[in-house]
Amino acid sequence: MTSILEMRGITKSFPGVNALENVNLKVEAGEIHALVGENGAGKSTLMKVLSGVYPSGDYEGEILFEGEERHFHSISDSEKCGIVIIHQELALVPLLSIAENIFLGNERASNGVIDWSETYRRTEELLKRVSLKESPRTRVTHLGLGKQQLVEIAKALSKEVKLLILDEPTSSLNETDSQALLKLLVELRSKGISSILISHKLNEISQVADRITVLRDGHTVSTLDCHTQQISEADIVRDMVGRSLKDRFPHGDPKIGEVMFEVRNWTAHHPIHSERKVVDDVSFNVRAGEVVGIAGLMGAGRTELAMSLFGKSYGDRISGEVLLNGQPVDTSSVPRAIANRICYATEDRKTYGLVLDQPIRDNVPLANLNGIANGLVVDNQKEREVAERYRKLMAIKSSGIGQKTVNLSGGNQQKVVLSKWLYAEPEVLILDEPTRGIDVGAKYEIYSIINELAAQGKAIVLISSEMPELLGTCDRIYVMNAGRFVGELPIAEASQEKIMSMILKTGKAA
Amino acid sequence: MTDATQSSARPAGNSAFVGYLRTHMREYGILFALIAIMAFFQVATGGILLRPVNVTNLVLQNSYIIIMAVGMLLVIVAGHIDLSVGSVMGFIGALSAVLMVQFGLPFPVAAIVCLLVGAAIGAIQGYWIAYWKIPSFIVTLAGMLVFKGLMMVLLKGQSIGPFPNEFRLIASGFIPDIAAIEGLHLLSLLLGIAAAVVLVYLSLRSRAKEAKHGTPDEPYAFFAGRNVLIAGAVVALVYLLATSRGLPNVLIIMAVLIAGYSFVAKQTTIGRRIYAVGGNQKAAKLSGINSERLTFLVFANMGMLAALAGLVFAARLNMATPKAGETFELDVIAAVFIGGASMAGGVGTIVGAVIGAFIMGVMNNGMSLMGIGIDWQQMIKGLVLLAAVIFDVYNKNKAA
Ligand SMILES: Nc1ncnc2c1ncn2[C@@H]1O[C@H](COP(=O)(O)OP(=O)(O)OP(=O)(O)O)[C@@H](O)[C@H]1O
Ligand SMILES: [Mg+2]
Repeated sequence: MTSILEMRGITKSFPGVNALENVNLKVEAGEIHALVGENGAGKSTLMKVLSGVYPSGDYEGEILFEGEERHFHSISDSEKCGIVIIHQELALVPLLSIAENIFLGNERASNGVIDWSETYRRTEELLKRVSLKESPRTRVTHLGLGKQQLVEIAKALSKEVKLLILDEPTSSLNETDSQALLKLLVELRSKGISSILISHKLNEISQVADRITVLRDGHTVSTLDCHTQQISEADIVRDMVGRSLKDRFPHGDPKIGEVMFEVRNWTAHHPIHSERKVVDDVSFNVRAGEVVGIAGLMGAGRTELAMSLFGKSYGDRISGEVLLNGQPVDTSSVPRAIANRICYATEDRKTYGLVLDQPIRDNVPLANLNGIANGLVVDNQKEREVAERYRKLMAIKSSGIGQKTVNLSGGNQQKVVLSKWLYAEPEVLILDEPTRGIDVGAKYEIYSIINELAAQGKAIVLISSEMPELLGTCDRIYVMNAGRFVGELPIAEASQEKIMSMILKTGKAA
Repeated sequence: MTDATQSSARPAGNSAFVGYLRTHMREYGILFALIAIMAFFQVATGGILLRPVNVTNLVLQNSYIIIMAVGMLLVIVAGHIDLSVGSVMGFIGALSAVLMVQFGLPFPVAAIVCLLVGAAIGAIQGYWIAYWKIPSFIVTLAGMLVFKGLMMVLLKGQSIGPFPNEFRLIASGFIPDIAAIEGLHLLSLLLGIAAAVVLVYLSLRSRAKEAKHGTPDEPYAFFAGRNVLIAGAVVALVYLLATSRGLPNVLIIMAVLIAGYSFVAKQTTIGRRIYAVGGNQKAAKLSGINSERLTFLVFANMGMLAALAGLVFAARLNMATPKAGETFELDVIAAVFIGGASMAGGVGTIVGAVIGAFIMGVMNNGMSLMGIGIDWQQMIKGLVLLAAVIFDVYNKNKAA
């Protein structure tokens, strides 16, 4: 086999941090190469170096692609060579159609006039290659995240890609969509397209990867060959964190009390298509000290349920009742919900979670500013103490509490969002995909924190698309589909199959 | 898990120094730009720029721009813009003239009425912007036309003046002295030195607090240099003024406003919330911040400061004219952007905006002294604004 890519001695530092130090990466032609490592290990940075986001000269070391040394000065440089990167955060224009997105910047045109029939014809071909059954004219905003991901890949294919880089492509996809995506990667491999896959979902990696490179703290730790040796997930984890992890889930010892949080007949309509019910007559309860999961497919309405409960932050014509310890409470605005100690940690950290231009220090106390102030005046010392405490507690990898959150790695941004809500001292905490993009070690820590909160008698609602996570941490699971709750399972009776069958029995997801 | 944190953030050795400079380029850059511009004009005008009389003039000429820049900074940090301030300022000037000159209202009553009317104007505009989500550009563009028109209605196309003497003094008077020393205004000098001492003391204290929690971000050399520079500048400015007629009353007003609003912006929960709303409104709202009310307050405050600027301007001219305030909004907005605020919101400092205003002011004054025509002045100011923002964007790209 010949290698299509070789990165040698890559070193890249930011003010205050060495993100990469002398990193080597070799990708063979026609393989799926997995890149794994803890949050902040430098995976995304390495790929940004490769794709020219950080131009040649901004880093040390050399890049050989197809045997030649390359100096990419921008993304378009690397794309010309056939390297296409799909970022952790998708970059499609929501209000444009699939076809327009695919050929954005690369329009099928003669003399500046777009040839629409050619555009649509090519798009249909590409959509067939990624097995996406949608009209090229569909606007991207109407697609779920899984389908958007496929559109991104179709877009990459339109550029005659040789090396496809996917940065955590499945972190916001459900099982089915993830599997479809992995299948597509395998198919592309058979056509000779190599890919680099970054993921924290180790089962997916052992499923498709030919070789695995592990990064830790900006260094290459090892490269494992899945064909010559038998690689277990435990092996990968050991290399990633530098020690072996015995369990994926900490053992909680639930002491479940009275019903603390109760929702009755909750209904919310779509904000624009107001005849459509996004949440339809949902009732549920959470006991003190209990962790309750909400399972469901993408688009089942779980986030919409949570956000409509949290200060009517989503939806229109919302009705229903919320009770805390048996008393009706007012959650009609976010400040009121927080005042009643009902909090919601968002799944979308960039849009709804963080003020990206501000440092960790300013983001952590944002939902509880009174906690760091005497009257109206902020106590800087207290603020620093609080931020430091959570930086340590959550092991937020950063140059300090003064680091802007925009410069944190994805997983560490997620930890800042969680810190913010922990500091708001909730009694009822709704967590929406709290471990999205978080590495195995840190996941364990977050589950431990969830257990600890439960042990203090708080009520926790956990929304997650990862079934093992729900099964491993919850005491009870509700199943949601198409806006309705379609089942309830005590943990002893719950299994992946049962949850799936409940969803399937009630028809297709919205 | 703790071991992960420790091993992770390895500071990149002596590049911390360079790193700090790179991330804080903008804040130092603007200060150096002001010094460079002053040095240039000092030479180009053959030393006239820093003559005591001219320095006094500089302060008086720019007071109303600085007063409004303080409010505009908050508006822009909150993610909005206010195009109406020039017209509001002119309108309030006219109103004050009508109240004091035509109706004979005593000056304190008239001034309070004017400030309240200004706040109400800001509040009305803020209401549409905050609660109806009408873009501020449009609401305040409308306001700009409306209040320009109202001003002309009040003045009926003529200038009204002169004002009562005590009113004129707020804009053109000087603080009294305690001892009569020939050629030196003692109280002014003492006040200035006291201000410098307080500034240095405050920043020493906050650094000591920071040091208790590990090493402060800012390298010591920068800290020391910055403090010496600022304290030196304050004392030098005051000395120059003291050798002339002493501290102008408006300078006291300005100093109080700058200190007060800096404190609000940096040290209070309200300030924090404004920055958070400007930085990411959705995240701020989901953190329990009432972004509508803040936006409303920020505009009401802007209206009040525009009214104050209107009073100062009218008092300085000693009459209200239909031309008052024309295109001032552009100078104010330019000052805020030169001072490092971001169009997208969430970024900027009061002190930056004030320095931005001084840069504009020194250039206006210096170019006039050199006899450069108004046509060239406009072009040069435009280019400086563009250069400052390009410098910003360039820095941001480098840091990313
Ligand atoms: N622009 C930047 N400025 C300063 N530090 C940065 C910048 N970009 C990344 N870093 C730092 O570099 C390190 C590596 O970040 P990177 O995003 O590559 O991690 P990652 O391995 O992709 O993590 P994750 O799994 O959480 O996505 C982190 O410590 C991060 O804080
Ligand atoms: Mg990453």
